[in-house]
Amino acid sequence: MACIIVPMTEAIITTIAAKVVKKHEAASLTNDTEIIPISEKIGWLNKLLWGGSALLAFEHIWHGEITPVFPFLTAATDAASRAAMLHEMATSGVAMSVLVTAVWGCMVAVVSRMHKKKNDACLIQKEVQQL
Amino acid sequence: MTLLISCFAAIAATILWYTNANARKMKIGTLCFMYWGAALMWLVDAVAAYLEASADLFCPSAEDMLHDSFLGFSAIALGLAIWLAIVLVKDPMGTIRSALMRKHNG
Repeated sequence: MACIIVPMTEAIITTIAAKVVKKHEAASLTNDTEIIPISEKIGWLNKLLWGGSALLAFEHIWHGEITPVFPFLTAATDAASRAAMLHEMATSGVAMSVLVTAVWGCMVAVVSRMHKKKNDACLIQKEVQQL
Repeated sequence: MTLLISCFAAIAATILWYTNANARKMKIGTLCFMYWGAALMWLVDAVAAYLEASADLFCPSAEDMLHDSFLGFSAIALGLAIWLAIVLVKDPMGTIRSALMRKHNG
């Protein structure tokens, strides 16, 4: 019905967050190219959320749940469907956002761990070379 | 069916991203994220449908399956179109830029 509104709202927030973080990163620019910037990591979440929302919005248009005229959602026309719509947003919509964010979190954790391992290996190699 | 099709598309795009350096240059990662995002969201939809319809979800009618497949493939085509638009706008290989320069100079 309108479950995509929740991940779409999250996508708007994370897009703004990515832009703000990128500005801060540009101000404190370092030459360390090995580290993936936080703005890029948030960018992955943006792509997951925007991409998923776009394809799901297409599905909603396909099923006639989104219309080009106000209020744009067929479920928002009467009170009973509006209640069902809000219930779906609170259950499916929130679950979608939480799942996508959780998967992204796992991805970032794995990447960070891999970087840490790589950096540790480099440090050990340097120490060995100094010996 | 839409979940299954989007999952296969996401897996295919990810394999292409992992194995092909040219594909990585062509920003295929964006396509991967798009398909994985959609697959995860459709997974939630499928779980919600399963909680409502339980086992009936796994034995859809032929008509429903055909309709869902048509929708799934259309969604994949839309994803490809969005990705293509991004590639053409960002022009990561510089093809459009060089073609325009050539036209301008020649």
